[in-house]
Amino acid sequence: MSAASSKAAPAKAAAAKDDGKGEASAAPDASAGPLVDRKAIKAHMIAGFVFFFAGLFAGMLYALQFSRLYPFPGVELLSPGRVRMLHTQSVAYGFLLNLFMACMHWIIPRLTGRPVLSKKLSWIVFWAWQATIAAVGVTILMGYGQAIEWGETPTFLDPVIILGAALMIANFATPIIKAAKGKKLYVTLWYFSAMMIWLPLTYAMGNFVPQYFVPGAGGAAITGLYIHDLVGLTITPLGWGMMYYFVPIILKKPIWSHTMSLVGFWGLAFFYPLNGVHHFFFSPIPMYAQYGAVMSTIAVELVVVTVIANFFMTMRGSGGALKSSLPMRFFFTGMVLYGITCLQCAFQTTLTFQKVIHFSDWVVGHAHLVMFGVFGSWCIGAVVLLWPKVTGRAWWSHKLNAWNYWLTTIGIVVMFLDLLVAGMVQGYLWQNLSPWEQSLVSSMPFWHLRSISGIAIVSGQMLMAYNMWMTARQPAEAGAPARAEKAEAMGAAVGAS
Amino acid sequence: MKEKLAGVVLGAGLFCFALAAVVTGYLPVAHLSRIEYKTLEQIAPEPSSEFKDLARRYPASFGKHYGKPTAAAFHKALRKGRDIYIAEACWHCHSQFIRPVSNEDVRFGKVSWAGEYMNEMFLPHLFGTRRVGPDLIRENGRHGNDWHAAHFWDPTQVVPTSVMPRYPWFYDGAEPNARGIAIITYVQWLGSWATPEARAARAAATSASAKKKETR
Repeated sequence: MSAASSKAAPAKAAAAKDDGKGEASAAPDASAGPLVDRKAIKAHMIAGFVFFFAGLFAGMLYALQFSRLYPFPGVELLSPGRVRMLHTQSVAYGFLLNLFMACMHWIIPRLTGRPVLSKKLSWIVFWAWQATIAAVGVTILMGYGQAIEWGETPTFLDPVIILGAALMIANFATPIIKAAKGKKLYVTLWYFSAMMIWLPLTYAMGNFVPQYFVPGAGGAAITGLYIHDLVGLTITPLGWGMMYYFVPIILKKPIWSHTMSLVGFWGLAFFYPLNGVHHFFFSPIPMYAQYGAVMSTIAVELVVVTVIANFFMTMRGSGGALKSSLPMRFFFTGMVLYGITCLQCAFQTTLTFQKVIHFSDWVVGHAHLVMFGVFGSWCIGAVVLLWPKVTGRAWWSHKLNAWNYWLTTIGIVVMFLDLLVAGMVQGYLWQNLSPWEQSLVSSMPFWHLRSISGIAIVSGQMLMAYNMWMTARQPAEAGAPARAEKAEAMGAAVGAS
Repeated sequence: MKEKLAGVVLGAGLFCFALAAVVTGYLPVAHLSRIEYKTLEQIAPEPSSEFKDLARRYPASFGKHYGKPTAAAFHKALRKGRDIYIAEACWHCHSQFIRPVSNEDVRFGKVSWAGEYMNEMFLPHLFGTRRVGPDLIRENGRHGNDWHAAHFWDPTQVVPTSVMPRYPWFYDGAEPNARGIAIITYVQWLGSWATPEARAARAAATSASAKKKETR
C-alpha cells in the first residue's frame, strides 16, 4: 500500500523527495499495522458522528423555534438559547475536530513514514476529548455558557480544552518533527504544523482575554480575532491540508502548481488573522482597525482564489472522477461552495454591504455554507473514503451514500440561498424603519424553508450513519482489508455507485 | 525556509499570528484603554427607579431575595441579571450596540460610543452579532416592568408575532423570582446612562469639575 501510495501521489514525492518516505515505501503492508492506528481513526469517526447528530438535532430544534413549532416550550434545560450554543459547540469541536483528528491519524504517519508519538496517548486524547465535549454540552444546557461566540464552552472547561489540544498536538507533532530534520515538508504538513501553533494560541486568546482582561469594544476586537482565527487558522488549514493530500491520491497526479500552494499557504498565514474586526463593523472599535479588516479580508479572497484555482487546474482532465469517486464528488462540491463563500465574503465585508446585511440571516447562511457546506462536505467525503479502509469492509450500500450526497448538498445550498434572501429582506425592513415585528412576519416563510432544508440534511446524514453501521456489521471477508488497500492504492472509486 | 518546519512554525505559526494580534488586537485595545475603567459601583451608585418599582410591585418575592432596594441589592441584581443574560444566550438574538448607519439611531437611540462599554458590566462584552429581536443597549425607559414581567413569561402575550422563547423558570407562582427580578433589572438598566437627562447630568458634572480645576 505505501509503495503504491507514493506512486499515487507524485506531488508528494516531488515536494518531499527525501523526507524518509523511501524506507516506509520499502516495506509495503507490513508498515500499515504500526504506522496507522485504524482503531483510533474508526473511534474518532464514530465519536464525530455522535456529536454530529447532537449538533444536527440541536440545530433542527433551534430552527423549529423560529417556525413556532418548538417541541419543548418552557423546559429550562432545553431552552432554545442554550440549545443554540450546543449546536455550534457540538458541530465545531465534536464533529469537525473529531473527523479532522481521524484524518490526521491517517495522513500524518503516511506523509512522515512514522507513527504518532504513542498509541496510548492517542486513546487518552480520544477519551479526554469526548468526555470534555460531552461535559461542554451538559454544562451549557445547565446554564454555564460563556458569552464568547464559538467559545461558549464554560469558562471552567476552557483550560481542559487547551490541555486536550496540547496532548493531541504532542501526539501529532512528534512524527512531523522527527521526519522534518531540516528537510522540505509536503504542503499538507505546512498547514498541519502551523495549525498546531495557531490552535492553542487562538483558543487561549479568545477565551481568556475578553473574559477577564479587556472590556467593551477592545474585547470585541479580540473576540472578532478569535472567531476568525478559529475558522481561519484551525478549521481552514486542516481542511486545505486534507485536500492537498487526498485529491492528488485519488486523481493519481500531482498538484497543478507548487508555487500556487506556497502563495496560498503564506497568504493565508499573513492575511487571514488580520480580518478579525470584520465581525463588528460600525461598532465603537477604532475605525483604522475596521478599515484594515476590510482590506485584509479582500486580500484573503485573492489568496483563496489561488488555492481554488490550483484545485480546479489539478482536476482538469479528470472530470470522470466526479462520477466514479464519491469522495471526490464531496471534495469537489466543497471546493465549489468554498469559491462561493469566499466570493460572498469579499462583497459582504465592504461597509456598503454591512449596512444592510449585518445582524441578519445573511450571515447565518454564510456561516452554514462555510462550516458545513465546505468543511462538512470535505470531512464527510473523507469518511466515505476512509471508512471501508478502517473497518476492512466495503461499503454496505453505495446507493445510500449517493443519497446522502444529494440530500446534504441540496439541503445546504437551499438553506444558504434561503438565508441569503432572508437576510436582505430583514436588512432592508430594518433600514426603512418598518415596525420590528414586520421583520419577523416577513422572515417566517424563509424560516420554514430553512427548517425543511435542515430536515433534508439530517435525513441524508441518518442514511450515512445507518450505512456506516451496516458496513461495520458485515462479516469481514477473508482478504477484504488487503483488497481495500489495493483499491486505495489504485486510487479506485471507493464510493462509486 | 518557506517549506521547512522551522519556517512554517516560526514564520507562519508564531510571527503571522503575533503580527495580527498586535495590529488588530493590541493596538485598538491600547487605544481604548485610555478611557478609564469603572466598576459597577462607580457607574451605577444609586438603585434605579425600575428596581425600586419592582420592590413595590412584588414585595414578597423581592423582600425574600433582595431585601430592601438598596444600592448593594441593586448591584447584586444587575450582576446576576448579566449572568442570566449570558447563560440563556440572550446575546445570540439581541445585540448591544447601535451603529451610525441604516437609521439605527432613529429606531433605537444614540449611536454607541466606546466609553459606555469601559466598565465591569461589559467584561465580557455583549455586542452580539445577530438581531432576531431588537437591539437592547437603549432599552431603558422603553417598556414598564409589568410589560417585561409579562414578556418573559410568554412573549407572544405582548408581542403576538414574537419568536422569543418563554422563560417560566424566572417565576415562582405569579411573581418573578430572584432570576426574574434580576433579568428585568438588568434589561431595564441597559442604556440608562444614555438618556438625555443622564447625559445632561454628566455634562454638568464634568463642566463643574473642570471649572473647579481651573479655579484651583
